[in-house]
Amino acid sequence: MHIFPFVVVVYILAVGLYGVVTSRHLVHQIMCLIVVQSSTYVLLLGIGYKTGAVAPYFYDIPVHTPAVDPVVQALALTDVVVEAAVTALLLAIAVQAQKRFGTLDPQELVQLKG
Amino acid sequence: MGSAHLGAVVTPYTIPTPLMDALQLTLLVLVAAGATAVVLIREPVRQVIMLSVYGVLLAVLFLAFQAPDVTLSELTVGAVALPVLLLLTLAKVKRREK
Amino acid sequence: MTPAQRRWIFLAGAAGLVAFYLWGLTGLPGFGNYPGPYGDIINRVAVAQTSATGVVSAVNFEYRGFDTVGEEFILFVAATGVAVVLRHLRSERQQDEDDPTADWAIPPASDAVRLVALLFTGPVVVMGWFLVSHAQTSPSGGFQGGVVLATAFILIYLSGEFLLFRRISPADVTDAVEAVGAGGFAAIGVSAVAMGLPYLKNFLPRGTVPGAVSSGGTIPLISFCVGLEVAAAFVLIVGEMVEQTLLVRRGDH
Repeated sequence: MHIFPFVVVVYILAVGLYGVVTSRHLVHQIMCLIVVQSSTYVLLLGIGYKTGAVAPYFYDIPVHTPAVDPVVQALALTDVVVEAAVTALLLAIAVQAQKRFGTLDPQELVQLKG
Repeated sequence: MGSAHLGAVVTPYTIPTPLMDALQLTLLVLVAAGATAVVLIREPVRQVIMLSVYGVLLAVLFLAFQAPDVTLSELTVGAVALPVLLLLTLAKVKRREK
Repeated sequence: MTPAQRRWIFLAGAAGLVAFYLWGLTGLPGFGNYPGPYGDIINRVAVAQTSATGVVSAVNFEYRGFDTVGEEFILFVAATGVAVVLRHLRSERQQDEDDPTADWAIPPASDAVRLVALLFTGPVVVMGWFLVSHAQTSPSGGFQGGVVLATAFILIYLSGEFLLFRRISPADVTDAVEAVGAGGFAAIGVSAVAMGLPYLKNFLPRGTVPGAVSSGGTIPLISFCVGLEVAAAFVLIVGEMVEQTLLVRRGDH
């Protein structure tokens, strides 16, 4: 259990990258990119975890209870919402690419030089 | 400072450490399997459904990592907002292909 | 270069990347042995200093407020980018060749979907406002609450009432709300500067009871602005994509 979460992080990154490289459809490629981004959320939260600790909300528990790291949670939280908007931008560009080049296959798009 | 192992503090939200370990292990394996499934499905519409399931699995994993805020974010974004955007794009793209 | 060759080159590169990544990650002090000082320090002093019991939101909107301004403007720019790319596409399309699907009949949404969607719209809006206004007390905040609020608009679209969705979220009103949200966050920081304090310093009264909605100083205000901005950005993005698929198909407007 000491390194298993980090092994899973590396595995998800590798699987997502494999999907991006061998994809034949732009929207499939964008979804594999979402998987790659999700591996970083797991990494951030895995770094801040403390065995036996609780979530850092002291509304009804005493203030000196050992809690997990709140800074990495703040990073991961804004990350999730912002990546969704950036994915929307990528999808809009994919729609525009299909209008301009007529195909959604990234391996054919490479050869069409304008 | 830097206390890593503690067993003396009991709040309404703590469960025994071996149980928490087993839960996190199971969820990590499920998340890895979900990521593999998302990549290996080639048909885009089916992949959107699998991405939605993967988002819910990730949300439960974040809950097991004691991060309820990130759980809320991942649940609303990964299970609702992203599949809606992807399906709208697929509808637009499929219409143009005909 | 054939796809098979591409795959082998990728596998060779990925093997190297995975090896280095694993080597780096095993140098960390293991899962569950969090050593670093910052988490413990913030957990100890946050409630006393800001009287906000939601420490993650306090970190997001006060201790690291400047980073959150940056992230929010990434969202703003991404929504603007979607609007620019898709509006340009729409004005080009109106002189395009005839659409073979222009006379397809659109099946209306089934009654079950309409009932569930319209039943849930009210509670979703209430939940969204609850999340936006309680950033300093419990696991909530502007980012999550904004996405939940945008989900209410999406529910209206899913129940088949596309024209109602367009009427209650016209593009210029959504643009204005998003700008108010983003500008409001920056303005709160600037008003701290106008009082002679550093940018984004918490200058409102903290409140006495930690965990009440009125505690936390500028944190609920900032959370409100962020919630407005995130909701408007997502409604704008969905609205632009919906215009693409349905507006041209209907033929009117």
